[in-house]
Amino acid sequence: MPKTLAEKVYDAHVVRSAAGEPDLLYIDLHLVHEVTSPQAFDGLRAAGRTVRHPELTMATEDHNVPTLEILKPIADPVSRAQVEALRRNAAEFGIRLAPMGDRDQGIVHVIGPQLGLTQPGMTIVCGDSHTSTHGAFGALAFGIGTSEVEHVLATQTLPQYRPKQMAVTVEGVLPEGVSSKDVILAVIAKIGTNGAAGHVIEYRGSAIEALSMEARMTICNMSIEAGARAGLIAPDQTTFDFLQGRPHAPQGADWDAAVEYWQTLRTDEGAVFDTEVVIDAAELAPYVTWGTNPGQGLPIAESVPDPAAIADEGERRAAEQALAYMGLEPGTPLREIKVDTVFLGSCTNGRIEDLRIAAELLRGRHIDPDTRMLVVPGSVGVKLQAEAEGLDRVFTEAGAEWRGAGCSMCLGMNPDQLKPGERSASTSNRNFQGRQGKGGRTHLVSPSVAAATALTGRLTAPADLADAPVPAVV
Amino acid sequence: MDAFTTHTGTAAPLRRSAVDTDQIIPAEYLKRITRTGFEDGLFVAWRKNEPDFVLNQPEYADASVLVAGPDFGTGSSREHACWALLDGGFRVVISSRFADIFKNNSTKSGLLTVVLPQAEVEALWAAVEADPTTSVTVDLQEKRVTYGECSVPFEVDDYTRWRLLEGLDDVGLTERHLDDIEAFEARRPAWLPKALPALPA
Repeated sequence: MPKTLAEKVYDAHVVRSAAGEPDLLYIDLHLVHEVTSPQAFDGLRAAGRTVRHPELTMATEDHNVPTLEILKPIADPVSRAQVEALRRNAAEFGIRLAPMGDRDQGIVHVIGPQLGLTQPGMTIVCGDSHTSTHGAFGALAFGIGTSEVEHVLATQTLPQYRPKQMAVTVEGVLPEGVSSKDVILAVIAKIGTNGAAGHVIEYRGSAIEALSMEARMTICNMSIEAGARAGLIAPDQTTFDFLQGRPHAPQGADWDAAVEYWQTLRTDEGAVFDTEVVIDAAELAPYVTWGTNPGQGLPIAESVPDPAAIADEGERRAAEQALAYMGLEPGTPLREIKVDTVFLGSCTNGRIEDLRIAAELLRGRHIDPDTRMLVVPGSVGVKLQAEAEGLDRVFTEAGAEWRGAGCSMCLGMNPDQLKPGERSASTSNRNFQGRQGKGGRTHLVSPSVAAATALTGRLTAPADLADAPVPAVV
Repeated sequence: MDAFTTHTGTAAPLRRSAVDTDQIIPAEYLKRITRTGFEDGLFVAWRKNEPDFVLNQPEYADASVLVAGPDFGTGSSREHACWALLDGGFRVVISSRFADIFKNNSTKSGLLTVVLPQAEVEALWAAVEADPTTSVTVDLQEKRVTYGECSVPFEVDDYTRWRLLEGLDDVGLTERHLDDIEAFEARRPAWLPKALPALPA
């Protein structure tokens, strides 16, 4: 029977299947960070259990870490205690940890691919909903809660119910200045923040195949913002080229055996999807969000919508609440919205390609004097690479702040936060109320829109900059 | 995990859709390393900033059943959202649709999530708004929500229901199948990656 890519990966990991029970699924890689793991390790200790496979587990510090003075102890005692708990737990249970200051440290979803630990066909979990990022390699990767973190630590497996299958097909060529972030914001605007509930999404079509690995990761990363358990893309030569030579990628004969297997990881002709969504690449434009969930987005040329025009009562009320929180009037052109802060970073858009795209727009220019711009590389590896390319100087000469690696202002668990009423253009993944700081207002954007916005202080597409070269974005 | 069989209490009508886990408990409240004590973060922004927020109204202050709009629990995978609801006195959340990870987490932490059609949610909202003292019984054994003259059936898969009724620990259940896990491990290709030893870039 023909199978989808996700079904192939799922079936290859079923340890046990019994009628009336969830399947038991084997987990190839478990990524761990400081926020969602301490109670899981406590649970192991309380039950006298060990970590079944420390070598299939990798920990890092990312959510709480400051992006300034990272070699000093964390000033916030509560954050420090959480990071120290991870250090104790990693030492006690024999788990590899990339701590602050380590060259492998970074956002958990940036370092997995960077180290070559993320590979096609794997099952990957982490106590973080953006684990879907790793699906860009054709892995089945999903976020879990702390009870499940404990379960994976103890057994290297998870009880799972077979997900439904959704295809999101993007055919054609993306217009200049339209990035993979715009693709996924358009998808979420179309199907809603929980529109893919119960599903795994496979992104396919010529526009997806043309994307770099970094761009594919951006799309898969935000699958959860459409409610999907996971999102994935079939591995191809772009995937193999990205992986080859990375520290934990197979080598020699192992590489050949792996590639031979990886090439089978494609949806079969005739495989059935429960739900299909089709997007015409040519019709896409740079997207920005206007509301308080990632589905409340529009092309930047549009205006803030009028809730009165929304027929569904629930959606109308949600739009009214969103506009009240965001401090926006219906009918205001999105391009006229003034921001205080631009945040470039996160597991969505904190990789080297994202920094290159933004730096290209900022090179030789200066950001708006009333706007601050934080550039936070997704990992120490990305930071070192960017510095080797001189991107750090481009950012600082343009007036932006060049910071250390971590989750930073994506969720404001460290000191990088918006103040009440402040407004950001952010390359992160969530514009929920208070996400970037109490009372903060977030507009989700792509890296090129972030850079253009920093230059003008208003939501701006790169093409709006009169003298700007339009970057070759994929 | 505490077993869940049946619960009777009053209900709070939360007339909002797509309530994300950042609203249920913001990130700054996730720094605690214990499994309890999260009630201070529960809906904290709405409780502090919106005087008419439902949980600020004295007649709903003791509610133990939360009746929410569709797509409850979207966003982050934080199980702290379930813990905060439990610590805040809730045993049941009713909605017409939940986000997957939140629903999954709820079944691991002993918080019962009940899916009812939106029309039934609206009827329940109307009843508890008309009379906040309305007693609502959620019976997992019988798979029914009962209040006033109304009794509404709900669906829950038999396996999850059994686990919740017994208060069973998933790890213990999985450990019964160690032979299957070992057999699977013996078949895994040797080239699959290992995080240890750390290899240089």
